[in-house]
Amino acid sequence: MKVTLKVWRQKNRNTPGSFKTYESPELNENMSFLEMLDVVNEQLANRGEEPIAFDHDCREGICGTCSLVIDGKPHGPHKGIATCQTYMRSFKNGDEIVVEPFRAKAFPLIKDLVCDRKSFDRIQQAGGFITVRTGAAPDANSIPVPKPDADLAMDAAQCIGCGACVAACKNASAMLFVSAKISHLGLVPQGQPERYKRAKAMVDQMDAEGFGACTVTGSCEAVCPKEISLDFIARMNRDYGVALLKGDPKAIKGGGAG
Amino acid sequence: MATLNSNIPSGPLAEKWEHHKFYTKLINPANKRKYKIIVVGAGLAGASASATLAELGYDVHNFVFHDSPRRAHSVAAQGGINAAKNYQNDGDSVHRLFYDTIKGGDFRAREANVHRLAEVSVNIIDQCAAQGVPFAREYGGLLDNRSFGGAQVSRTFYARGQTGQQLLLGAYSALNRNIANGGLKSYTHAEMLDLVVVDGHAKGIVVRNLQTGEITRHNGDAVVLATGGYGNTYNLSTYARGSNATAIWRAYKRGACMANPCYTQIHPTCIPVSGDYQSKLTLMSESLRNDGRVWVPKRKEDCGKKPADIAEGDRDYYLERMYSAFGNLAPRDIASRAAKTVCDEGRGVGETGLGVYLDFSAAIQRLGEGKVRERYGNLFAMYQEITNENAYQTPMRIYPAVHYTMGGLWVDYNLMSNVPGLFVLGEANFSDHGANRLGASALMQGLSDGYFVLPATISGYLAGQNPGKRPTTDNGSFKEAEENVQTMTKRLLGNKGKRTPDSFHKELGKLMWEHCGMARNAASLEKGIKAIGNLREAYWNEVNVLGESNDWNQSLERAGRIADFIELGELMCRDALMREESCGGHFREEYQYTPDDPETKQGLVNPGDVKRRDDQFAFVAGWEYAGAPDKAPILNKEPLVYEEVKMSTRSYK
Repeated sequence: MKVTLKVWRQKNRNTPGSFKTYESPELNENMSFLEMLDVVNEQLANRGEEPIAFDHDCREGICGTCSLVIDGKPHGPHKGIATCQTYMRSFKNGDEIVVEPFRAKAFPLIKDLVCDRKSFDRIQQAGGFITVRTGAAPDANSIPVPKPDADLAMDAAQCIGCGACVAACKNASAMLFVSAKISHLGLVPQGQPERYKRAKAMVDQMDAEGFGACTVTGSCEAVCPKEISLDFIARMNRDYGVALLKGDPKAIKGGGAG
Repeated sequence: MATLNSNIPSGPLAEKWEHHKFYTKLINPANKRKYKIIVVGAGLAGASASATLAELGYDVHNFVFHDSPRRAHSVAAQGGINAAKNYQNDGDSVHRLFYDTIKGGDFRAREANVHRLAEVSVNIIDQCAAQGVPFAREYGGLLDNRSFGGAQVSRTFYARGQTGQQLLLGAYSALNRNIANGGLKSYTHAEMLDLVVVDGHAKGIVVRNLQTGEITRHNGDAVVLATGGYGNTYNLSTYARGSNATAIWRAYKRGACMANPCYTQIHPTCIPVSGDYQSKLTLMSESLRNDGRVWVPKRKEDCGKKPADIAEGDRDYYLERMYSAFGNLAPRDIASRAAKTVCDEGRGVGETGLGVYLDFSAAIQRLGEGKVRERYGNLFAMYQEITNENAYQTPMRIYPAVHYTMGGLWVDYNLMSNVPGLFVLGEANFSDHGANRLGASALMQGLSDGYFVLPATISGYLAGQNPGKRPTTDNGSFKEAEENVQTMTKRLLGNKGKRTPDSFHKELGKLMWEHCGMARNAASLEKGIKAIGNLREAYWNEVNVLGESNDWNQSLERAGRIADFIELGELMCRDALMREESCGGHFREEYQYTPDDPETKQGLVNPGDVKRRDDQFAFVAGWEYAGAPDKAPILNKEPLVYEEVKMSTRSYK
């Protein structure tokens, strides 16, 4: 099979970009989409043209590095599948495929199809953790976690941090991502002491990064390679609401013995 | 010649670590912040070490080439993490985990390190559970376990098929907490390109910012490398495409010894290669061998038939036949070699004949499809996406692929290399897995090194360094290292050849698989060394790297890494040639059990199993750079002295 690619090329964020059209060489339908790009890049390099920059790493759907909007959809045609696990058998001989980077104010472009998603790290740094010193943990079985809670926490925790939810959202909202993180830690007993403080800190950072608001259209859930449920957004909103109502807890008397 | 002193503490094996921690010098809290520690890598080992060191009060600077510290390939580990908790009451203990690991590594690991690993394993689970890692639970809310290869107890903790991801996110959250507290600085898109050695001590690194191309110098009182393994030397592997050996290789070129580079793990259950365009091989977790049965047709003629049309009596469940005690849960090296053997006999299945069946029909009959789906659903889905086949209805086809490297930079008991001040953790070092790693032990080692071992041992080194007196970055060694990096970048970009870097990587991979793969012999290794040497020379004449140095340039990144893989590949072959024995994943065809050997007659091993030569090769090979890639490296030896365990014939029958 062969396909025609319409690919966004942009040298850097200060230089305007444009779509460029490339004809693929003969392909095999068992190639992954990224292997197809490798083959096209190899062809470009052999012609002395600079290869298309795109992000990728594990190529097994778990690291969250790959991105791409393929024919208008983040991570391509399949439900619950990242770009790196999309195979060429999903396309037809002669198809024209449009490939764009993830677009969001909080994901500034680096080059061609690569954008900068460090805003996600900063949201996590704001509170996406449970405070526990190394070595200070009690025996693991001393904290039983009901299986349904553990399973639900795992559903949220599988988020790979790719940012497709943001790319799919007309408001470039990061609510699905942030809610997955907040829900994971908020669902387990270990996460309770910091639950509301965490929700507030992470939501505040999300806003500060310039992500948009949520209007519950559900496009995020539809493109999520891990099929993270929209329900987690409700869970986050509740925790955030409680955090606002509670305010910051203050000790009645400050200080202790020196 | 380098000195390889293992610095194993004296005293009984089970007490060494406790004693050593007590006798290791400490740094007082007020002085800790004056020590700056550079950590390269943020996989399980790097992230856990960075977080823990920062928590202790050191000034920690973490560098990753990824866009985020959460992307390292630890994230892809599927099956689980071992720990000697004995929650199943099935006879597990620290000593049993220790013994299984030593035996699994075919008696080529360092005894004291492995015992410490087993001791610390229980703390890791506690730590991760406290961080909120959503481990699989039983209905009572307590932790669940599964079984893995090379063990007869159930000691593997897991989080669905995404254990590595969850443990990494736990370590990443600890990292984030310390970034938020201000004790840790994180540098992303920052690739280490050289190690700076001042007066014989590792005191800094040179880094390229992948976004801007800017080269910067960073000084520190100690440098920690946790940059993973080098399996991508084979090009095709289960590693991430970005996984590379550049940090450890550049450290090697600055004097750190590379230990046992030929010890590579070929994982038995991967999706077979389908074509020349392929960029990576996908692992199907070893946990599948809990319930899947491995077989090929008994007769060559049946190989073309649909699996369902091959009668039960015409199937050869060869692992169950050859290794009845462990069956489908035989260790990885053994299962891989057995797959190669049956395929070499012409009984392989699939288009290429390089595949065996992993069949779940018995498990589905026994447990029902729902239970199998619950245990392995995501793996079956992944298999279907890649192969377009439904493994609930037809057996999976699998074949071995490069998965892990047990070799790595040489370290002593304190995880310090022979270059003082340079520490190496996780897969990047060599110490705990010997010649074969057991399943679910990589996660254990990464976190053991990072959370518990390094934070306890690094003070021993730092106590000998004056606080606040590290060399500044205008020191001559920093200048020289930066110039070295600039020169290499210029050379790569200035070369006007005709071939892409990737074409060399593919060629290297084929040479490695052919000459230094699952079975090796002297003649073939000699050929390989020659061919790779020629490839190295051709590389610098013919490679063409497009783009600029002061820009995002993935061709340039790869070109530097491939140059290192080529040199490393040559060293792997040399090590394999030197090691005239078979052990674990290192199978030299000249050294295998024959039907006439007493061990075979006693029923301990099968003909064709690996045959060690303890009288001559019970040592760690530490290779030292001789100053130029075309000069033969110098071999240093650390004898493996076992105080408690007797090196014996590894039997899984």
